[in-house]
Amino acid sequence: MNSSALIHAVIDGVLTGSVYALMATGLTLIFGVMDIINVAQGIFVILGAYLSYALSVHWGIDPFVGLVITIPTLFLVGIVVERAFIGRLKGPEKTAMSILVTYAISLVIEGSLNMIFSVNDVQISASYVTKTFRIFGVYFAYIYVYGFILAAVLLTALYLMLYRTRFGASIRASLADQTAAALVGIDVKRVSTICFGIGIAVTAAGGMVFGATNAFNASTSYDLISRLLVIIVLGGMGSLGGALLAGILMVTLEDIVGVVWSPVWSIIAFYIVLVIVLSLRPQGLFGKQSARIA
Amino acid sequence: MKRRGKLFRAFGVTSVAAATVLVMATTSGASSSSSIAKGAPVTIGISLSLSGDFSADGLAYQQGYKLWAADVNASGGLLGHKVVLDIVSDASSPTQVVTNYQKLVSVDHANLTFGPFSTLLTLPAAQTVNRYGYAMLEGAGGGPSVFQAGLKNVFDVTLPVAYDLQPFAKWLTSLPASTRPKTISYVTSNDPFTQPVVQEAQKLIGKKLKTVYNNVFPAEATDYTSIADAVAAAKAQVVVLGSVDVPTVSAFMQAFEQAHYTPEAFVATAGPDQGAAFINAVGAGNADGMMVPNSWYGGSKNPASVKMVAEYVKKYGGTAAGVNADIAEAYSVGQVMAQAVTATKGFDNAKIIKYLHSGVTMSSVQGSVKFNSLGENTAQTAYTFQWQGSKFVEVNPVGDPGSSKILFPKPAWGN
Repeated sequence: MNSSALIHAVIDGVLTGSVYALMATGLTLIFGVMDIINVAQGIFVILGAYLSYALSVHWGIDPFVGLVITIPTLFLVGIVVERAFIGRLKGPEKTAMSILVTYAISLVIEGSLNMIFSVNDVQISASYVTKTFRIFGVYFAYIYVYGFILAAVLLTALYLMLYRTRFGASIRASLADQTAAALVGIDVKRVSTICFGIGIAVTAAGGMVFGATNAFNASTSYDLISRLLVIIVLGGMGSLGGALLAGILMVTLEDIVGVVWSPVWSIIAFYIVLVIVLSLRPQGLFGKQSARIA
Repeated sequence: MKRRGKLFRAFGVTSVAAATVLVMATTSGASSSSSIAKGAPVTIGISLSLSGDFSADGLAYQQGYKLWAADVNASGGLLGHKVVLDIVSDASSPTQVVTNYQKLVSVDHANLTFGPFSTLLTLPAAQTVNRYGYAMLEGAGGGPSVFQAGLKNVFDVTLPVAYDLQPFAKWLTSLPASTRPKTISYVTSNDPFTQPVVQEAQKLIGKKLKTVYNNVFPAEATDYTSIADAVAAAKAQVVVLGSVDVPTVSAFMQAFEQAHYTPEAFVATAGPDQGAAFINAVGAGNADGMMVPNSWYGGSKNPASVKMVAEYVKKYGGTAAGVNADIAEAYSVGQVMAQAVTATKGFDNAKIIKYLHSGVTMSSVQGSVKFNSLGENTAQTAYTFQWQGSKFVEVNPVGDPGSSKILFPKPAWGN
């Protein structure tokens, strides 16, 4: 094993992990505010990828430029889904029921995508997808760097929205305690709806980068959701910073183990770390043990 | 060809379906139905991956089975009985496939059963129908694990996967020392289909080429960047990739291009055989020189194959080169079953199993079919195919009448 391979693995991990973090941020935001485990997040990522693919193939719109269309579109899709299905979930079984409801939603979307795009794998292409630049003998693919920058910009925007705006304060209040937030006049229902929309909207960006770096079809969502769920469990359910750190940690650790030891151990190594972390901190790296007591 | 599996998808449906079937199975006895009333259809039970990881192949298999059923019905059916396909989806889950075949046999009372897609699903499927005395005729369960299970009811009409890379290995090692590549990398998914293929290739190539990278990656991987980068860093002249689908091959190809690394020969166990689906994912320029083992391709001169391809193109569109090999595999299953039914003059699964084990040589769109005691088809030839421009051509065995000259070394990416 040479040192440049190790450095490359770390850089790959950070660049790719940030995109996974972006996808997982939506998931953790939705859980944090609404107590909803959205297992449809994977298919929303793929929906975002397909939207970018369709804009690119049929209208020649660059995938990054296309985000101007796909992000608001998925935000609206999120709003509709929340109003039609998620917002109707009530009572103590709400979280458990949300798994079934979102699973059903993912099946419907998967079936629809299969009908529209067929099950054949596709990939988003653009001139910079295979282009690279070289620093100290190591090639860097533009698409991963652009993906990292996109993730950084969107996560920063999300952070600023949460910590520098009045609406962000409403979200954080709802994250901490929905009942208390409602008592001080916050419209928790409205906050939940918008949060769900935001949580789905970020998948447009994550999906676009994923679709440009991987061939995909609708069933790819099953690989994605299992990883996204693991990221938010490790980072702490409801923690945005935790999702960011866990996403980067997961991919970087897997890449390093793959290079230093063997790829077959890479996922196992990550799960060993997950078990150790959860043994010591059952709430995850940044989860608050009492935050969800409502 | 044969793909990986996932458990997650089965989570929501398996338990409910299993409980339902269990209750129904206890109230309705299951047996191999050998006699069918005059005028009644013959029902063939099939579980296919119509969603989930194997969905692309599952749907191609469905097309192949349906194409065969339409043809056989157009010519009067099986022994005068109209063929009805009872197809249920297993969502690519090894658990669900068991539930499905239990239902097909004990609840739906299918007369015959055809196999699902992939080695991963075929083994549990064959074990399940074996309990009821049914033959499991299949085309995508070619991994050694299927044949080493001690089952007497399983028959794979396709060449066993372990032999897939034999012609490639033979061609590579027979090159003159002056032109033969010196280094090779082996990288494979830990899948029951891919690993035996790559291991067999390694055995055949031996030390004639120096192995500079040899590793296995988890089938659950979603990001192949670091693995592909490691392979690229080894800079082998030849890469043997144990891939299960188009996305895996596509990811390696993209990473190689990004690393400015073009192997002189690049063979993948599955993916490039997916016809138009492969080209759409990787781009025609990148496909040039990519190789894949298989036992059939759309340009096959076999008259039955030519007829089937023409029917397929008429019904679904596209070109002969774009026809997925899964179609031919599924169609062959139907053809072999039809010959067994005709020979045994009925639908008695015990007689069909005995007939298929008799050493008789049958025919299919993929070529000859003759089963050994394990249910492997020993009569077929392994071929290697290569994308040359927009054409998918046979390149070895070298000297085979249908073989074109191999494109070696592989052109640079994107040409």
